[in-house]
Amino acid sequence: MTERIHCDVAIVGGGIVGGSAALFLRQMGFSVTLMERDWCGAKASGVNFGGVRRQGRPLEQLPLSQRAHAIWGRLPELLGTDAEYIRSGHLKLARSDADLGSLIAYKERSAGFGLDLEIIAGDAFRRRFPALGDRAVGGSLCPEDGHANPRLVSPAFARAAAARGAILREQTPVDRVWRDGDRFVLVSGDALEVRARVLLNTAGAWSHRIAAAFDEPVPLESLHPNMAVTEPLPRFLDVNIGVEGGGVYGRQVPRGNMVVGGGRGFALDPDRARPQRDAVLTLMRDAAELFPQIAKAYVIRCWTGVEGYTPDRNPIIGPSRTTPNLFHAFGFSGAGFQIGPAVGEALAELVRDGRSTAPLDAFRIDRFPPTP
Amino acid sequence: MALLQRVAEQGRPVVRFTLDGRPVEALEGDTILTAMLTNGDHLRRSEFADSPRAGFCLMGACQDCWVRTEEGDRLRACGTFIAEGMRLVSASEWTAADGEGQP
Amino acid sequence: MSRPLSPVIVGAGPAGIRAAEALVAAGLRPVLIDEAARGGGQIYRQPPDGGFSRPKTALYGTEAAKADAVHRALDRIRDRVDYRPRTLVWNCESGALDLLRDGVTDTVPYGPLILATGATDRVLPFPGWTLPGVFTLGGSQVALKFQGCAIGRRVAFLGTGPLLYLVACQYLKAGVEVAGVFDTTPQSAQARALPGMLRDPVTLAKGLALVGWLRLHGVPVHHGIRPIAVEGEGRVRALRVRHRADEIAVDCDAVAFGLGLRSETQLADLAGCAFRFDPMDRAWLPVRDAAGRTSVPGLCIAGDGGGIAGADAAELAGERAALAALEDAGLPVDAARAAWLDRRLARVAAFRRALNAAFPFPQDWAATIPDDLMLCRCEGVSAGILRGVGQRGEAREINRAKALTRVGMGRCQGRVCGAAAVELLAGALGVGPGEVGRLRAQPPIKPLPIAATPVQEATP
Repeated sequence: MTERIHCDVAIVGGGIVGGSAALFLRQMGFSVTLMERDWCGAKASGVNFGGVRRQGRPLEQLPLSQRAHAIWGRLPELLGTDAEYIRSGHLKLARSDADLGSLIAYKERSAGFGLDLEIIAGDAFRRRFPALGDRAVGGSLCPEDGHANPRLVSPAFARAAAARGAILREQTPVDRVWRDGDRFVLVSGDALEVRARVLLNTAGAWSHRIAAAFDEPVPLESLHPNMAVTEPLPRFLDVNIGVEGGGVYGRQVPRGNMVVGGGRGFALDPDRARPQRDAVLTLMRDAAELFPQIAKAYVIRCWTGVEGYTPDRNPIIGPSRTTPNLFHAFGFSGAGFQIGPAVGEALAELVRDGRSTAPLDAFRIDRFPPTP
Repeated sequence: MALLQRVAEQGRPVVRFTLDGRPVEALEGDTILTAMLTNGDHLRRSEFADSPRAGFCLMGACQDCWVRTEEGDRLRACGTFIAEGMRLVSASEWTAADGEGQP
Repeated sequence: MSRPLSPVIVGAGPAGIRAAEALVAAGLRPVLIDEAARGGGQIYRQPPDGGFSRPKTALYGTEAAKADAVHRALDRIRDRVDYRPRTLVWNCESGALDLLRDGVTDTVPYGPLILATGATDRVLPFPGWTLPGVFTLGGSQVALKFQGCAIGRRVAFLGTGPLLYLVACQYLKAGVEVAGVFDTTPQSAQARALPGMLRDPVTLAKGLALVGWLRLHGVPVHHGIRPIAVEGEGRVRALRVRHRADEIAVDCDAVAFGLGLRSETQLADLAGCAFRFDPMDRAWLPVRDAAGRTSVPGLCIAGDGGGIAGADAAELAGERAALAALEDAGLPVDAARAAWLDRRLARVAAFRRALNAAFPFPQDWAATIPDDLMLCRCEGVSAGILRGVGQRGEAREINRAKALTRVGMGRCQGRVCGAAAVELLAGALGVGPGEVGRLRAQPPIKPLPIAATPVQEATP
């Protein structure tokens, strides 16, 4: 028999954005149903690198990112767990003077946003970060950035929403969605029909399918960041490390494992991806070069995920241009984990007030030319 | 005290190595696991339980016999043969500050 | 027209060697990859080269002739196969295997692929199981066969399955004191299974002879026991078990422990094989037809790596899989031989069902594992942590439980704790072990050195 649910807000996708939106909407008193075809927080939100980083984001993301920073500071209160979140600092390395110049320029451009960036170079850099040896000429430190365990954080948002009364339906794909009068109707096989006044599209790399159902095609591409983790090693690194110009990134978790990322995996099908052998070998070589402490260690696991990327690498956040009461938030292009909770909060504001106190204009869905 | 007991094949040539700095002997054809456990009662300490480990499956599946050399190389003891002059370490490389024993 | 790719066989145990032999007989030159330095697999594992002198009768007992035949088969075809010992296959991706040998990685594309990856001991945790001196049954046998060592001076044998009695006898014959055999199976189960076992009277007789021989030498054999704990500080001092209302304590300095075997299926998983839950093995296994063909065209599985059936079956299945590979490649095969192999394999399967009834998996064990007991040896995760995510409704599936608890996330990728984790999660949810899924394989299937060098860079 088909279960029928009527609610204020239906959310498609239980990642960190959908889960946090559900949580904040419940705090505002809305009735919420969250549909997730896998387990909540099991896709990109749960398998990403785990960097909780404001530094390096385009300026238009920084207001949201700052709001997210405050939410991350309240994790235990919101979720009942710290999910291994630590404000270790995020250090972006410069391998050349030109790169150091870019970091200095970013520090100046982002000065008004409260990141408190600190440029460290030369002898001072080597004294401060002896573990990084001479692989960089300097770096930019964002002391209050950090890292967390995505496997724990992202499911916890959905769980916290459920604890506050949100209805969670996992293993529940949305097969059809349409608008019927002033309601959205979402159907999952014969099992479930949800009717809601508002629809949030937070379905990650699969969000373009929901958007397309409302005549809003968007150019979203699935990519698969490649990740590896070593066996546990004695602590040598506390900061989360990125490199100006990209390439490799790494963090050592408090248990000692070194998590490194770089390169891309490949798609098995639209829903699943695998690490790619050459990318893994390249990542290992690059990581050992950057972190000589792991040169004799072993990689015990590699993984990747399915993440939606937009052409300009900025997300799509905000109201639909075709359909009232439909709001999108997807296409985070590999950088949604940190700002995810603030996006969830902004979506909740959009539902309640019709507008968010965070500037979202840069993330309009209609900024892309229509795709054929 | 030794954990493993030799019951056969004892006519092989002697191989000398050090275990935690102590000069000891094994036989040619011994795995590192055999070499260490005929001279001691563990191979390593668990990173998360602070308990001694001496391997478990002896066939390369359980991964509970990884040991270190003084040079920092890591070797799976059940599948690597002892060689003259190896300098093996069974002591933990972790200190309390490394978060050993964290849940 | 490009030359067809070579057939590749992973594993040089009884299944892999017989598969290679059949392919060579058909005029092909297969690649035969094996993690060990010498062929034979675990069951017919050979001592290291040089210096070891025991005859095969001492190493393999009643199975010496079979072991010798398998070793000789490999010796005979050695110059007609691309044999790669000491080589780990760490990944399977897009029609090619990734290898590691002496710190150098290589990628080998395959035409037909035969996985003969074998099995390891199936275990469940009990208090004290991580103490030095507690080894798997298979490991205890490896110590003796491969190294001439016993795992202790006075050894207790705990668990179930034919290997329990076999290894106990081998230890006794080697002059080691056997403190006792502690079988989780009640004697009534073995009596009930007797008619089915009569399908293979030779094997049955060998089994009964083992038990009789142990008793003759004064080794106590207990049936229907459950372990309470291995005692000791830093190493084994005693084993305590429960036998009906009684508690038995036995002094020993080592425990050999196993509850049958579990298949090594990681490569089949990475290769994309469909799996199904097998109630007899209580595990998810690759779907296979009688010849070993999987759901992936060109990929066959032979031997214990596709479901536990033992060494004799592995030899038959290896040859059968090779014939299937030849047939699928459009090459001529001896249909009568294939049919004969099919009949033999069917007979072995029937005996295997009886054997499984004689040594059933102790289904009630998992429920008795204390919450504070370490379940995942690699990551140090206790049973209660895993049960908790089930009981609180946070995980209804084993990969989800892994993500939330780290069980199975360490160096061994769940080879040791996976079976127990499934039993515990299923128990916490009140469902059968087939209803919580299976741990997905991830590359590298065994630890890969960061310093590994691709072969094209290693050999300029």
